[in-house]
Amino acid sequence: MNASLLLDVQGVSKYFGGLRANEDISFQVRGGQILSIIGPNGAGKSTLFNCITGFHRLDKGRVLFKGLDITNRKPHTIGKLGAVRTFQIAQVISDMTVLENVMTGGFLRHVRVRDVRLNAEEVLAFTGLMAKRNYNAQALSVSDKKRLEVSMALAMEPELLMLDESMAGLTTVELREMIELIRKVRARGITIVVVEHVMEAVMELSDRVLVLNSGRKIAEGSPKEVVADREVIRAYLGDRYDAVCQ
Amino acid sequence: MRNITGKQLTVGGAVLALVIILPLLIVPFGQHVLIITCIFAMCGVAWNIMGGYAGMFSFGQAAFFGIGAYTSSFLLMTFNVSPWIGLVAGGIISSLAAAAIGYPCSNLRGHYFAIASIAFAEIVRIFFNNWEMVGAAEGLTIPMLKGSLANFIFNSSKLPYCYIIMAFLLLALVVCRLVSTSKMGYYLRAIKESHEVAQVLGVNVVRYRLYAIMISAFLTAMAGSFYAQYILYIDPASVMILAVSVQIVLVAMLGGANTVLGPVVGAAILIPFSEYSRAWLGYKGTGFDMIIYGALITAISMYRPSGVWGAITALVQREK
Repeated sequence: MNASLLLDVQGVSKYFGGLRANEDISFQVRGGQILSIIGPNGAGKSTLFNCITGFHRLDKGRVLFKGLDITNRKPHTIGKLGAVRTFQIAQVISDMTVLENVMTGGFLRHVRVRDVRLNAEEVLAFTGLMAKRNYNAQALSVSDKKRLEVSMALAMEPELLMLDESMAGLTTVELREMIELIRKVRARGITIVVVEHVMEAVMELSDRVLVLNSGRKIAEGSPKEVVADREVIRAYLGDRYDAVCQ
Repeated sequence: MRNITGKQLTVGGAVLALVIILPLLIVPFGQHVLIITCIFAMCGVAWNIMGGYAGMFSFGQAAFFGIGAYTSSFLLMTFNVSPWIGLVAGGIISSLAAAAIGYPCSNLRGHYFAIASIAFAEIVRIFFNNWEMVGAAEGLTIPMLKGSLANFIFNSSKLPYCYIIMAFLLLALVVCRLVSTSKMGYYLRAIKESHEVAQVLGVNVVRYRLYAIMISAFLTAMAGSFYAQYILYIDPASVMILAVSVQIVLVAMLGGANTVLGPVVGAAILIPFSEYSRAWLGYKGTGFDMIIYGALITAISMYRPSGVWGAITALVQREK
């Protein structure tokens, strides 16, 4: 696994009118790592995702990916470079089958339809959706939709996968499966950044954790360090979590 | 390439035979209805590429149709350019016009796009209505040259027109099929779902929307040039009005947007109905076909949003 610098976010700020969505946020992600971004609702996690992946224009700051300046580049260009994201509410193409959805992602890397299909089937076997490849995407459960979204991203052969709350709304069993899947993805050498509320998953998966509150970074470190941080407990985890941990 | 099965070969052969024999069996008015049906089927297929697959609901196809008709006619009358070349020129000019309007509309979706397309077509119509060089409101009367394939004019028989427009329709179907089964087809469907999802998948949304609009405009303009050579008279009130745009949308929607053959089925239902009701009911019937259209469209959107062709394929699949 290479430990080189993959994503370098430098002083990113984003304002919506007077609202400070992100302010001077900096962090780095090294190849092969899993970084989690946590924080209360409205802390600016999804905005940060949008800023990095080109869906929002930055007001200040820079984003470097593989040493390349991708600040304010178009989302499809950033995808082509190898940074792919998912959405908080799984976005799939509803009038396509599962296989077709994954194929749509695969056209980025393969030319011939046959190769695209083979690649998509490989991905579906990997993510465990092969049996449902001919289902209409609309008919999938929430958990399968999230899995499909990850499959679509994987078909694009990314180096950096950014998952926005891919655990939200899952049952305990589904949660375990998703954690397993993310582990498997990382084992493929893909670097992962997740926005997540499910602390169980965050603690288990992350190499590093970044905590946001009111648009600012309030802590960064290993999962253990972060959950012991007084400010993080006050802003996000709450005193009950503190009590449980003690 | 997928292997062609014996069954597909049989069906394909039967359809081809029918297509060749059908125009020979029917009376001239029947041939006329067939020609008009094919014109609208072709326009419906072209609409489908942008409307059905990419979700850009254009109610302005008449502009492309008219630009095609005017380009070939104007070039023929002014510079004596063969209508065949005029037809290609019309397609190109129409595509360029489509790109020119499509680019600033890149972020418009749903009904906003539809409204913009109506506005565009109306501007084009009013422009032509006042443009002296192309006859303004009087329109253009295409000169009766000696009947020949090279001149794209056949004085005594409708039969050659039948075969030419059927060949055009086939071309449009092949283009649509190629688009729908290729990367572009997948990308257009992603764009239809949402621009965000398409962008994440690495799709250059602006570019692929423009491709779809330009291909659609080209094919529609071809149909327009053909129409001009067939009717031999065009004016803004016959080729550029909203009713033409609406007819094109209805053909595609009724037959089944998002399917290659849907618009052909839609045209085969709507156009003969409209032509015959006009012939039988005369001026008293004006608007009667529109009443039935309205009812049909309401019914289809309520009960079968996938269109007639969608309903048929669903039935066939259930039988299997």
